[in-house]
Amino acid sequence: MSIWEYANPKKFVETTTPLLPWTFGLAGLCLVGGLIWGFFFTPDDYRQGATVKIIYLHVPSALMAINAWLMMLVASLIWLVRRHHVSALAARAAAPVGVTMTLVALVTGAIWGQPMWGTWWAWDPRLTSFLILFLFYLGYMALWEAIADPDTAADLTSVLCIVGSVFALLSRYAVNFWNQGLHQGASLSLDAEKNVADIFYYPLLACIAGFVLLFLALVLLRTRTEIRVRRIRALELRARRAEART
Amino acid sequence: MMPDLGPYAGPVIWAYVASIGLILVLVLASWRRAVRIRRALQQAEGQNRG
Repeated sequence: MSIWEYANPKKFVETTTPLLPWTFGLAGLCLVGGLIWGFFFTPDDYRQGATVKIIYLHVPSALMAINAWLMMLVASLIWLVRRHHVSALAARAAAPVGVTMTLVALVTGAIWGQPMWGTWWAWDPRLTSFLILFLFYLGYMALWEAIADPDTAADLTSVLCIVGSVFALLSRYAVNFWNQGLHQGASLSLDAEKNVADIFYYPLLACIAGFVLLFLALVLLRTRTEIRVRRIRALELRARRAEART
Repeated sequence: MMPDLGPYAGPVIWAYVASIGLILVLVLASWRRAVRIRRALQQAEGQNRG
């Protein structure tokens, strides 16, 4: 059995049908549990006060904003190399989810930044690369809508995705090599001294699991929808050809 | 039950309302489109058979 079997649209829909309710259910459980845990049952930070509670939304959404683009990159490369339609449709399906995650990260970052930094926005390397990533998401979705031929649209959006990956990676690693910005270092680290305290860490892990599962559930749902849209177009085309013959 | 958020109650509440609102809009829009397209496909397949 090969993974490429799932590139068959029919097989993909059949396989994901029983998975969808479980993925949505687990996502809801982790998200609701993690957010309640973080909001109601964790203390204030000694420097940030209650604004530390924004971490449960900001960090997972920022993480998913970057990783959604990287998932789109992998799907786009599969399309360019192997021409599997499901991978192109999965990349297209992930974009609205990624743009929402990017928007959540930008909004929560601005709301947190106002009381902590004294400003909603700064042209800091990480913030700026994140804003550019947000614009790339919008451009990517607009390009899909603008081109009528689906294969040409998939080709061009794949190229755009490869270019945009520079900003996805930059927004991930900007804090590590640019020290002049306002944005602090990564909240999560394998180094225990740099990582957030355990009391914030575990609810944060639950929220991250919730965001990952929600992303997965939404991408599965939206990919299935894109497959069905293609099928409708094919049926309409077939009906038009039959009419033309008679 | 509501924790004391002190002077930061406004920003914290707004961050949660805005984020949960955006996520709910995304989930509902994806779900509604999925249902609409599934019905449209069933209709198209029915017409194709007929």
